[in-house]
Amino acid sequence: MRLELQDITKLYPGARANDGVCLKVAAGEIHAVLGENGAGKSTLMKVIYGVTQPDSGRVLWEGKPVRVSSPDQARKLGISMVFQHFSLFETLTVTENVWLGLPEKSKAKVAQRLREQGARYGLEVEPERPVHTLSVGERQRVEIARALLTNPKLLILDEPTSVLTPQAVEQLFATLRRLAAGGCSILYISHKLDEIRALCDRCTVLRAGKVTGVVSSPSSETNASLSRLMIGAEPPALTHQPREPGATVLEVSGLELEKQDEFGTSLHGVSFSIAAGEVLGVAGVSGNGQNELLAALSGEDQRAAPGSVKLFGRDVARSSAARRRKLGLHFVPEERLGRATVPVHSLSENALLTRRDSVSPGQVLRKSPMRELAQRLIERFGVKARGPEAKARSLSGGNLQKYVVGREIDAAPKLLIVAQPTWGVDVGAAAQIRAELLRLRDAGSALLILSEELDELFELSDALVVIAGGRISPRIARADATRSLIGEWMSGLWPEPEPARSLRPSNYAKEQLAGAGGTP
Amino acid sequence: MLELEARPEPSRAWAVLSPLLALGLTVGVGVLLFVALGKDPLRGLEMFFYEPVKNARALAELSIKAGPLLLIGLGLSVCFRSNVWNIGAEGQFILGTIGATGVALQAGPSTSGWIIVPVLLAGTGAGMLWAGLTALLRDRFNASEILVSLMLVYVAEQLLSFLVHGPWKDPDGYNFPQTITFLAQTRVPRLLEGSRANWSVVIALFSVAAFWLFMYRTHAGYKLEVGGLAPRAARYAGFSSRAALWTTLLLSGGMAGLAGALEVAGPVGQLTTHVPLGYGFAAIIVAFVGRLDPIGVTFSSVLMSMFYIGGELSQSRLGLPKSITGVFQGLLLFSLLSCDTLINNRVRFRGLRGARVEAP
Repeated sequence: MRLELQDITKLYPGARANDGVCLKVAAGEIHAVLGENGAGKSTLMKVIYGVTQPDSGRVLWEGKPVRVSSPDQARKLGISMVFQHFSLFETLTVTENVWLGLPEKSKAKVAQRLREQGARYGLEVEPERPVHTLSVGERQRVEIARALLTNPKLLILDEPTSVLTPQAVEQLFATLRRLAAGGCSILYISHKLDEIRALCDRCTVLRAGKVTGVVSSPSSETNASLSRLMIGAEPPALTHQPREPGATVLEVSGLELEKQDEFGTSLHGVSFSIAAGEVLGVAGVSGNGQNELLAALSGEDQRAAPGSVKLFGRDVARSSAARRRKLGLHFVPEERLGRATVPVHSLSENALLTRRDSVSPGQVLRKSPMRELAQRLIERFGVKARGPEAKARSLSGGNLQKYVVGREIDAAPKLLIVAQPTWGVDVGAAAQIRAELLRLRDAGSALLILSEELDELFELSDALVVIAGGRISPRIARADATRSLIGEWMSGLWPEPEPARSLRPSNYAKEQLAGAGGTP
Repeated sequence: MLELEARPEPSRAWAVLSPLLALGLTVGVGVLLFVALGKDPLRGLEMFFYEPVKNARALAELSIKAGPLLLIGLGLSVCFRSNVWNIGAEGQFILGTIGATGVALQAGPSTSGWIIVPVLLAGTGAGMLWAGLTALLRDRFNASEILVSLMLVYVAEQLLSFLVHGPWKDPDGYNFPQTITFLAQTRVPRLLEGSRANWSVVIALFSVAAFWLFMYRTHAGYKLEVGGLAPRAARYAGFSSRAALWTTLLLSGGMAGLAGALEVAGPVGQLTTHVPLGYGFAAIIVAFVGRLDPIGVTFSSVLMSMFYIGGELSQSRLGLPKSITGVFQGLLLFSLLSCDTLINNRVRFRGLRGARVEAP
């Protein structure tokens, strides 16, 4: 056994993050750790990587008991980890980023090793490129390449595919299989059942801090059987009834917007519309203009040219978020803490951000309706919190997500814009949120959904568009869309009305586009 | 090894205990200081903590010092909570004294006592005007409100100096830079005959209640707070940051102006270059020691006034330098900010608890 965990228990104030967890990983094995959000996956990885210490239990490395007291020590043992959020310096080159973490003296040697390793594992990276010119998939390759340069015996990957196109996921899997064949063990943390079935040799399932099952060949399981282990019950299947779209709710025409920060993406000639009772899904690799588009639609960015954003035929391009909300536009941003909520405010105070129900005509706050609203949201969306007075920052990411999405759904908006509706929430809650979103649509609301999960978009949308390089693809009905087609479009390659433009999926191409200029 | 660990929720117990511990530390260091200076520490502490509150007369003096600190501190609390850094309350205070004097000087022997209302309003308005300049420059040209408000203090000082040396100089004042002594009807009425305490205490306490309601019970107060705590959440919610800038600056400027008017028409009774004593700057400490909360600011303004009075008494009775006041104020602020760490963090002794996974 390369790694063995025995009865690991980790207590946090008010929670048992890990409760007697046992885990065995053999040499050259790809082992999945599956669990819903808050099941204790991250805590377990932190224990293995030495970020935190368990309260009881033993860690055995190659058969010997060890005490991993720091990530540094973990790396010395031969454990490497690729975190979900990248930690690369944007202004440095690939080599420089990798060089930083190595005892190696010579930069040229690092570049040389990167090239050799890239050829061996299909991890091609250009060592001289500055990181800010790389796409997200390329950046992840840099992270993995960096982790591999220490010649680890165990590589931990935390939700590695959340930012990748389907094609990039395939490429990643090929790399991982090659690594495993070379004897490196891999711990693959995910909540995506398809990926685990496709990739992993064995799978340990966690629920509420405990191991609920060890599956010896995930590929012979079904999604349903795995999710039963993970959440205890199978999520109900969604019913997506076809529905005649109504009047146009949101119309975006020729929206041009210069990026506000250096690493942002400018929007070019963005045009689309959504009708009442319709769900429009926006697919795309993150960082392709999603943030800019959302801010322009929500009213957080009011620089759009007059007439480019119309809500119910009214020009709102320069209206404030509050004004748009009054017209019926509600929005769930990706950042739940600090944008969708005030971290140090209670849930009931946070309800006030977008809900005016408990403000009296004299502008006085009425505390008990505020609390009741928060309590209702907590119950309806199964938010795990101490109550309406719990501070927003005390909630786990998934629970806060439920609260925020719930707050906006509960407002019965005429247009709901949601970024990553089920980000970080468990399978059961994700199913509920999706069902609520569809119920909203069936009640005649228009929905714009941005998600990194293609499955989710296919499940919810009536039609899809793809955003790449700050531009929006033509609209395609869900029935006509396939994963591979959308994947191709996500690289910016869609049939273009203007034949002069050639599109490539890199920031370099984006810059070219920006230089070429859009329509005035 | 000592280690700080973030608490999941702020501790309510420490929210109360932290100021007490800070006061304890201040007293403790104060004792050491008195001993080091060769003074009887008990006598020293008596100057600061007993003399200012020992009888009605002392309390009246205390109220005269605490009143302006409280009024300015309240306004600044709202400002700082919204991340608007008005450092120039002193200048707005000076404009308040000028505005009030401008009206008070118009009074004749037949003027009714109600003129005190326009006197106070003029002071408030002048303070708002001065803070409004800062708001305008920030809004229009994105100038730093910290620098602008601070520099406007010096402009205000020059303006005051010009007026009392020039147009407003008392013709019978032996050429001293001062206005005439205000007529009785233009003075803030006293609370009781024979006591120096006047109605400004009532105004200040009423303001505490009003600010508490505004900050915690109105939508406007909520919007300002969100803007300060999480600007991106405020933008998301659609709360205007321009409105917040103007509201908070006008409000704090008005409060400083009111304090100035109450000072010049109250205990002082004439405008001289010595009317501004630095209340506007001290109120910044008052606001922070009071945790930007109206009730907290009430306590901290009283405490700060005790330090002022204690410092003066130590000077006259113990022969200590007057700067001892500043030392005490600084000590208190420093220990409070340090102790407040315990509200959101707990201290753990690493090595005693923590890792217990060992090789057998």
